[in-house]
Amino acid sequence: MACFSEQAIGIVALLLGVSGSIKRLNMADRIEKKQQSRAGKIGVFLMDRSFYVLGVLLFLVIWQAASTLKLFGSDFSEAFSPLAAALALVEMGRDGDIVRHAIPSLRRVLVSLAFAILFALPVGVLVGYFKRLEQLTYVVFQFMRMISPLAWMPIAIIIFGVGDLSVTFLLWLVAIWPLILNTAHGAGRVSPLWLNMAKTMGARDAGILRKIIIPAAIPDMLTGLRLAVGVSWIILVPAEMLGVPDGLGYFILDTRDRFRYDQLIATIVVIGAIGYLLDSANRWLISKYSWKI
Amino acid sequence: MNMTNNGNSRKPLLELQGVSKVFNKEGKDFLALENVELSVGEGEFVCILGPTGCGKSVTLQIVAGLIEQTSGSVILDGTEEHGPGPHKGMVFQEYALLPWRNVIENVEIGLELKHVPGNERHRIAKEQLATVGLSGVEHQRVHEISVGMRQRVAIARALANSPRILLMDEPFEALDALTKEEMQIQILKVWEATRTTILFVTHDVDEAIFLSDRICVMDINPGRLKKVLVNHLPRPRHECMSRTDREFNEMRDEIIGLYSSLKDEELDLII
Repeated sequence: MACFSEQAIGIVALLLGVSGSIKRLNMADRIEKKQQSRAGKIGVFLMDRSFYVLGVLLFLVIWQAASTLKLFGSDFSEAFSPLAAALALVEMGRDGDIVRHAIPSLRRVLVSLAFAILFALPVGVLVGYFKRLEQLTYVVFQFMRMISPLAWMPIAIIIFGVGDLSVTFLLWLVAIWPLILNTAHGAGRVSPLWLNMAKTMGARDAGILRKIIIPAAIPDMLTGLRLAVGVSWIILVPAEMLGVPDGLGYFILDTRDRFRYDQLIATIVVIGAIGYLLDSANRWLISKYSWKI
Repeated sequence: MNMTNNGNSRKPLLELQGVSKVFNKEGKDFLALENVELSVGEGEFVCILGPTGCGKSVTLQIVAGLIEQTSGSVILDGTEEHGPGPHKGMVFQEYALLPWRNVIENVEIGLELKHVPGNERHRIAKEQLATVGLSGVEHQRVHEISVGMRQRVAIARALANSPRILLMDEPFEALDALTKEEMQIQILKVWEATRTTILFVTHDVDEAIFLSDRICVMDINPGRLKKVLVNHLPRPRHECMSRTDREFNEMRDEIIGLYSSLKDEELDLII
C-alpha cells in the first residue's frame, strides 16, 4: 500500500502545484510556436478562442440588458447587473474579502478531498479487484451515494459540533462516492492479459496491485476525482451556511443580511470562477496522466 | 508413447509427463488435452504445431503455470512446476504491453518485481532491447511504435528475467506477412545469441519448419500429440532461400500428410 499512498499524495501535490505546471505548459507552447510571426500567432489564438470568448461576451450582454430592462424587478436590477458585480468584486478584492472567504472554502474542499482520496482509492481498488467484495458492497454503496450529504447534516452536527469539522465531514461524504465507484470500475476492467503477463513476470497479489491494477485504474481515478471536486464545490456553499464564520457559502448569507446584492452576485461569480479553475486543473490532470492505448 | 529420446540427445530441460486437461463448459466436461508426453532439451527450439482447438496454447499455458493441468506433471530442471514464475518467460500473441509505461519501463517490469536497483534495471533492459534489435526507442510510448516493435519489446521483457525457457504463444500471428518474416529471423538471432530454450506455439507450418529443431505436431478431438518430427534443415536459416529448399518442402509435405486423414473443415492451417 506504500506505493498507493505515494500516488494519493502525488495527486494532491499535483492539485496544489497545478498552477505552476500550467505555466510550464504555456512555456512549451511558446517555444513550439516561436517560428510563427507574432501577428500570426495572435490571429491563430483569437481564431481558436473566438467562439469561447464570444459566448462569454454574449452572456454578459444579455445579463446586463436584463438588468437595464429591469427583468429582475425594479428593486434589485441595478445591484444585479454585471457592472455592479464587477465594481463590488474590485471592492472585495481591495479590502480582502475574497481572499478571506475563498481561502477557508478552498481549504475545506482540499482537506476533505485529501481524506476522501486516502479512504476511497484503496476501498475502490479492493472493491474493483475482488469480485466478492464488490457484491458485498454494491447495494449499500449505490444506496448511500444517492443520499445528499446535507441530509446527514444534523447527525454531523451532533457528532462533530457546529463548525469546520462538520463541513469537512459532509464534503468528505459527498466526495468518496464518485472516487470509490470510478476507481472500482477502473480496477475491475483490467485486461486479464495484463494479469497473466504480470504472473509470468513473478508478480503476486501485492505486485499485481501495485504494478497493474493501480496504474491501470488511474484514468478512472482521475475521472472520479474530477466528479468529486465538482460535487464537493457545489455542496460547499450550502454546507458553509451551517454555522461556520467564514467561507464563500457563509459570505453569501452575510451579503444578503447586509443587503449588498452587488457583493452577493460578485461572490457567485467568484464561486463559479474557482469551480471552473478547479475543474480545469482536473481536466489537465486527466489529459496528462491518463494513458492511451 | 514416449518422446523423451525421439531425436533429442540433449539433456532434457522441460518434461511433460502424461499431461491432460479437462475443461468444464456449462456443466459438461470437455477433454482439451489428452496425455501429452513431451520433452525439450536445454537450448533447443521446439515448435508445437497444430490446428485451432488442438490444445497447443493450453499446453503452453500449463507449462507457463497459468492453467493447472487436470493430471500429469510439468518438470523443469528436474523439479515439478506449480504456478507461473519469471524463470518461465512468456510471450503473448497480443503483446500484453502496459500502455502507461514507455518501452524501457515495459521491459523493466520483471526486474522491478524482483527489486533490482534502478540503474542495473536500466542496463539490463537496454541490453535486452539491443538483443531484439531495438534501440533508440526506449522512451517511446507503446502506442507510438509498430506492432513488430511491440512484439520485440515483449520478447525483451521476457528475456530480461533471464528465463530458463522462453514460451511463445503464436507470437507473430497478429503481424503482417513481411513483419512476420522479419520477426522469425529476429527470434532465431535472439535464440542463437542467448542460447535460451524456446517452446514456440504456432499453426503456421512454414513458420514451424523455418524456426525449429523439432516440431510437435498436434491433433484435435481430443487435443493430443500426434507425432514429433526432427527438423534437419541446416542452420543458420537467416536466408529467405531456405523456404524454397527441397528439404523444406519435403518436411512440409510430411506434416500435411499427417493431417490428410482429417476432414478439411477441421483444419485451420495456413499452408
